[in-house]
Amino acid sequence: MTLAHLPALEVVVPLLAAPLAVLLRRSSLAWAIATAACAFSFAVALLLASEVSAHGPISYHLGSWPPPWGIEYRVDALSAFVLVLVSGIGTLTALYAWRSIAAELPRDQIYLYYALHCLCVAGLLGMTITGDAFNLFVFMEIASLSSYVLIALGRDRRALVAAYQYLILGTIGATFYVIGVGLLYLSTGTLNMDDLAARLPQAASPRAVLAALAFITVGVSLKLALFPLHLWLPNAYAYAPSAVTAFLAATATKVSVYVLLRFYFGIFGLELVAESLPMREILLVLSLVAIVTASLVALWQADLKRLFAYSSVAQIGYITLGISMASRDGLTAAVVHLFNHGVTKGALFLLVGGIALRAGSAGLECARGLGRTMPLTSLGIVIAGLSLIGVPGTAGFVSKWYLVLGAIEAGRWWLVAFVVATSLIAVAYVWRFVEAAYLSAPGGRTPEPGETPATMLVPAWILVAACVGFGLQTSWTVGGAQRAAALLLGGAP
Amino acid sequence: MRRQMVLRVVGKLFIPYMLLFALYVQFHGDFGPGGGFQAGVIAAAAIIFYALIFGLPAARRLAPDAVVEAMVALGVLLYAGVGVAGMVLGGNYLDYFVLDRDPVAGQHRGIFWVEAGVGTTVTGVMLKIFYMFAGRGRGLEER
Repeated sequence: MTLAHLPALEVVVPLLAAPLAVLLRRSSLAWAIATAACAFSFAVALLLASEVSAHGPISYHLGSWPPPWGIEYRVDALSAFVLVLVSGIGTLTALYAWRSIAAELPRDQIYLYYALHCLCVAGLLGMTITGDAFNLFVFMEIASLSSYVLIALGRDRRALVAAYQYLILGTIGATFYVIGVGLLYLSTGTLNMDDLAARLPQAASPRAVLAALAFITVGVSLKLALFPLHLWLPNAYAYAPSAVTAFLAATATKVSVYVLLRFYFGIFGLELVAESLPMREILLVLSLVAIVTASLVALWQADLKRLFAYSSVAQIGYITLGISMASRDGLTAAVVHLFNHGVTKGALFLLVGGIALRAGSAGLECARGLGRTMPLTSLGIVIAGLSLIGVPGTAGFVSKWYLVLGAIEAGRWWLVAFVVATSLIAVAYVWRFVEAAYLSAPGGRTPEPGETPATMLVPAWILVAACVGFGLQTSWTVGGAQRAAALLLGGAP
Repeated sequence: MRRQMVLRVVGKLFIPYMLLFALYVQFHGDFGPGGGFQAGVIAAAAIIFYALIFGLPAARRLAPDAVVEAMVALGVLLYAGVGVAGMVLGGNYLDYFVLDRDPVAGQHRGIFWVEAGVGTTVTGVMLKIFYMFAGRGRGLEER
């Protein structure tokens, strides 16, 4: 009986954990509840993923109202994949936060952090699992509002400005999204995603549908930080508490990418997106510009968090590049990179958080000589950095491999050269860390010398191990991504 | 404004009716305009009115910060708890049909408790926001 309720429990348990953390107030209890709730969601996500791959999509009717009238939760190959990523990263960052957040927040605010973390996890999971376009907006607001506050919790006073900037842009994004959904509702009279897909071809006014496509594209692109709508991202990532940066970098933008995929291929359908508007060409150009400019800007950053934040903008460019191909291999690359980059960036930001804890900041000058003083942290960053570059044997290579396959399939050899050439810029910015950590003499004094505490190092190294693990053992990630790509391409009526 | 007799008397006269009206809006939400959100705002407005006339410390004695914060959390728990109750009684999440032997009565019961949760949280959030703004710069942010 409980097995049938797994899709609801996936979201409800972290949602219930948030008010419980507020009621209990003790930071240790709040931590225990948040971690347990996230771990439960992770276990449920794994169960759902195996269930979906064995028996096909699961549909859950909230309040027993059948779709299209009621809200439907729908788990398929794509959403199960994203659920595993979000809940897994949520669990690891909650574990990590025990030491990291205790050092960054006043004692009497810690329980609020855990409540917000649970809310954000619940919002992102809800966005992924729901099959209802308006319900997605509600969860988007839950996730966004909690992430604004999470960013504002940063110690640096600039965190407030960064959070405010993100609030303005994020709200514009969400508003555009809901305007788009409103136009869709106007043309079809339904909000259920499958029902929308079935009714859109008969929509009375194709112009309203195109306007909806435009609004949703811009709104979701703001949320996923597609160039040139990425300006909120570097500051938000740089000044937020370390655990928050890692969690948001690994999940928030990825869920938005998922929403874009869902709307492009699951609702509007490839014909509309690709043929009536030059969406693929626009996406292609923006992705290319994002990869080049953000990678180049990353080269000049003096702060590790900002460096990796700009690298995130570039990596999102690779994901949208895969989407713009709209082919089987291109979409496989997009989905698998969504996962692999989440894991890689999560590992990097968790490790950089260790440096920030010990050195007091994440500036590159603090990384000098770290190879000797914090060997495990530095080694982790180097391995995850290799995955970021896409060296064979790491997760990053797998995604780039499918990207290259997609480019070859489309006959665009210049794109193959482009992917390889831009990976070299990634080599350059990862090298800046290597140079500082291993080839420079230790500079200055650090307030708290020593290796990153074990409770922070273990979650980070789990992700580092995953970077290598998913690089060598690709059947789960690539298999899942291929099923998702097949679903997206075949599922669009 | 404590010394303004007119305000004090009018306030004391009005506040009970404001709270009563909040309850009316809360429980009439099933049948007419209203519901937990509006009721929560009205109830919070009554206490904010009290704070304006009798001062923030008096309002804080009436509705202490710890209670306000607990209300924020309890309302959400109540709402989500109704959903779980539907699950425990054999329906889906947020299934009100199974809350009573008669499905229509079940719907009434479900919406009643859900709205009670909304009302609790909205009152709590409105007061929390008011306390935080009003307490700024007076060294009252700390509990």
